[in-house]
Amino acid sequence: MTDDTLAKILQANGRGPLAARDAMREKEFGIWQTVTWAEYAEEVRRFSLGLAKLGFRRGDKLAVVGDNRRRLYFAQLAAQSLGGISLAVYQDSIATELGYVLEHAETRLIVAENEEQVDKLFEIRERLGNVAKVVFDDPRGLELVDDPWLAYFPDVQAMGDEFGREHPEFFDRELAAGKGADTAMLCYTSGTTGAPKGAMLTNDNLLSSVEESRIAEDWRTGDELIAYLPMAWVGDSWLSVAAAICFGLTINCPENRETTRRDFREVGVTVMVGPPAYWEGMLTRVQVLMDEADWLKRSLFRKFMDVAVRVERMRQSRAPVPTGLAALNAVGDWLVRRPLRDLLGMTRVRRAYTGGAPLGPDTFDFIRAIGINLKQLYGMTESSSACVYQPDGEANSETVGRPLASTEIRISDTGEIQLRGPQMFHGYFKNDKATGETLDDEGWLATGDAGFVDDRGHLRVIDRAKDVSHLNDGTMFAPQFLENKLKFSPYIKEAVTLGKDREYVAAIINIDLEAMENWAERRGVAYSGYQDLSQKDEVYDLIHGEVDRINRSLADDSALAGARIRRFLILNKELDADDGEITRTRKIRRGVISERYGAIIEALYSDLGRVETDITVTYEDGSTGSIHADLRVMNMDAAADEDMRAAAD
Amino acid sequence: MSNRLEVIDAAKSFGGVLALSEATLTAESRKILAIIGPNGAGKTTLINVVSGVYPPDTGSVLLNGTDITGRRAFEVARYGIARTFQNVALFAGMTVLDNILLGRNMLMRSGVLKCGVFWGPARREEIEHRRRAEEVIDFLNITDIRTAPAGSLPLGLQKRVELGRALAADPKVLLLDEPMGGMNLEEKESICRYVLDVVEMSDTAVVLIEHDMGVVMDISDQIIVLDQGRKISEGPPDHVRNDEVVIEAYLGKEHAISRDRSEA
Repeated sequence: MTDDTLAKILQANGRGPLAARDAMREKEFGIWQTVTWAEYAEEVRRFSLGLAKLGFRRGDKLAVVGDNRRRLYFAQLAAQSLGGISLAVYQDSIATELGYVLEHAETRLIVAENEEQVDKLFEIRERLGNVAKVVFDDPRGLELVDDPWLAYFPDVQAMGDEFGREHPEFFDRELAAGKGADTAMLCYTSGTTGAPKGAMLTNDNLLSSVEESRIAEDWRTGDELIAYLPMAWVGDSWLSVAAAICFGLTINCPENRETTRRDFREVGVTVMVGPPAYWEGMLTRVQVLMDEADWLKRSLFRKFMDVAVRVERMRQSRAPVPTGLAALNAVGDWLVRRPLRDLLGMTRVRRAYTGGAPLGPDTFDFIRAIGINLKQLYGMTESSSACVYQPDGEANSETVGRPLASTEIRISDTGEIQLRGPQMFHGYFKNDKATGETLDDEGWLATGDAGFVDDRGHLRVIDRAKDVSHLNDGTMFAPQFLENKLKFSPYIKEAVTLGKDREYVAAIINIDLEAMENWAERRGVAYSGYQDLSQKDEVYDLIHGEVDRINRSLADDSALAGARIRRFLILNKELDADDGEITRTRKIRRGVISERYGAIIEALYSDLGRVETDITVTYEDGSTGSIHADLRVMNMDAAADEDMRAAAD
Repeated sequence: MSNRLEVIDAAKSFGGVLALSEATLTAESRKILAIIGPNGAGKTTLINVVSGVYPPDTGSVLLNGTDITGRRAFEVARYGIARTFQNVALFAGMTVLDNILLGRNMLMRSGVLKCGVFWGPARREEIEHRRRAEEVIDFLNITDIRTAPAGSLPLGLQKRVELGRALAADPKVLLLDEPMGGMNLEEKESICRYVLDVVEMSDTAVVLIEHDMGVVMDISDQIIVLDQGRKISEGPPDHVRNDEVVIEAYLGKEHAISRDRSEA
């Protein structure tokens, strides 16, 4: 299509009007270290010459693994400058998972953040015969390791300087040889089923996606963002690499994961992107803070947030807001919501997005009610991230918005959403079978989501197409919808609902330790740890109340009223990506759950009051162990529960 | 550069109690010297004598050949001896960063006048000290609590901050008085790691008082055993572990005998 590539635009930024502006910051030794666009371009140029010296050639793959670090971004662009392909791997993957992706992608070079990641690579070294070099960013703990397989990032750049002197034309020639149709990135999808697949995204894919977004949304040069999302998530590649380069955004890399919250506030982000888990976490944090606050603050918060949520819902349904209520809400903004936004570091946020998975409507409304302009996005790895946006003024909790100008949407006969446009990927790496299943001859991408386009022209996603099902009596059952309702409770971190071809809906619940610890402390509930706390009677009673509230709220929605939760159980371990129960982006893998928790699921559909089973767990180092679980199953119908207890005695 | 701390025949008594007598030790760069012994054996007294809390009655303390016997605590600190305390002695209301910067206090050269002007040398110096403090914070992995008041932290972290304050002084000799007291296994392991890193990556000589025998045996190069103010044994961990006198001091005579029998 064109000759533009991300690498070329970056080098142009380094010489153009952006040259002296801030491209990236990283907090080091407590101080934000700034990299301008000119420096960014130069760092990339030097590293790519170093890569050339190490034998990296056009079409080779470079993988980065680690938290968001500027050098890992430099490395990706350096590989692309030479016509190579970059990929990022989830930094918290255990060694075997890491090995699968790196091996499948035929990785030539790896840039690892620190000793932790290098250690994992050493563990799987025999599988990485193709890897010529592992370059590390943080030398700590690696100073004394003498292994020719390893190289320190600045040393590679120094090699590049030498190579550049010997071949002065090399970099410009290789950069100019890049084409828009070249694959720029391999994005491995976390996938709720099966092994990860590597979606090939070209420069054209990414650039068209970014340019369309520029038209639809209010992007400004110098917008401040925090790069805290996993680099392996397509959202981060889109935002921190593609959009940052095209729009001239400033990307801030937090000091480390623990400081992220404070870093948000220090930077004063203007645009914010978060997966549902982030917004749910924010909601929980606010609720916990307010539970601990004194009586006056708590009642002010309740009163004014209640007003704000009501106003927000009226605005969404386009009902007029009575003057009195609007005035009250203005007072609330001054008294409650503005300080709250400040506390959350969201004062300067003009636009915030949620995407990657559905966000519960209650959470969505609450975050918007605080005064954060949260909007939903829809897209996937295969569509170069988002291609459906909620325009300003049309944000609502039900839809995901309007497609970009060049994106076409159609709904298949089976109710599946299908997409077409220049952003759609051109296949999975080394997996033609999966490509054929996802992309048809006319270029339509099968999303696997069920949904429809409403009369406003907004896309509405119901659920994963294969997850929407019916109870035995024919009632529609949409598990994600229920789970998101459950997760609105501060005490529920994760939930799995079951009901397909069953008599009734049952739920497996994970409590939220952070919120629960506070609650237990206030109530004087003694416990030894997560496992113990999860099985306390007081905790069951609390969760019972939460589920009951959700059941009652279901009655408002006639289509789903029959799908109320009849029985639930609190699991004594957190659902964990290391065990394969959820993906690294926290989507539930239903297949794995039903396999691993067969005994528990059977108990939910029996009249037993308890269930005993052993659960295997995988530790961070990849070894496995087993924990014994003796779990209580609770009925939502209290009378039935009493009967059962009496029967058990 | 290599550092060497020597204590020769030091003795100290409080009233009629002989807390320390004929104590002799040598600590060197790249080595961990551990001092162990039952309660009241004189371990802390020995450290106090070295760090200038009180002078020894007899004997001498040498740092790299310089006699520093009887110097006051702030002078000893200037010579390059830093310490941590058995009971955490941080400024509870100050932030972690300020507490650690305090460790560099005696390295700060700008006087009232220069600091009053601030720009120029004082500013450069301030930046340099802050940088060094931040390096320590990074080294100890406490970036996320940099601005937290020290008093609000759990004990394990407070001890780590205290280690940080000592390290910020760029010491030639580091005296650690029970750095792992009251910690759980995980916290102990992490402190061990930091202490080992200090020894591996700098010229600092480390003197460690510790009750946890597992830790002492694992990380020390040389061990001195005190009992009732006297040195009763000295040597590498393997030697001390099997020394009859040590077993007797710790477990009582009968255990030593019964252990003999069972081995025979």
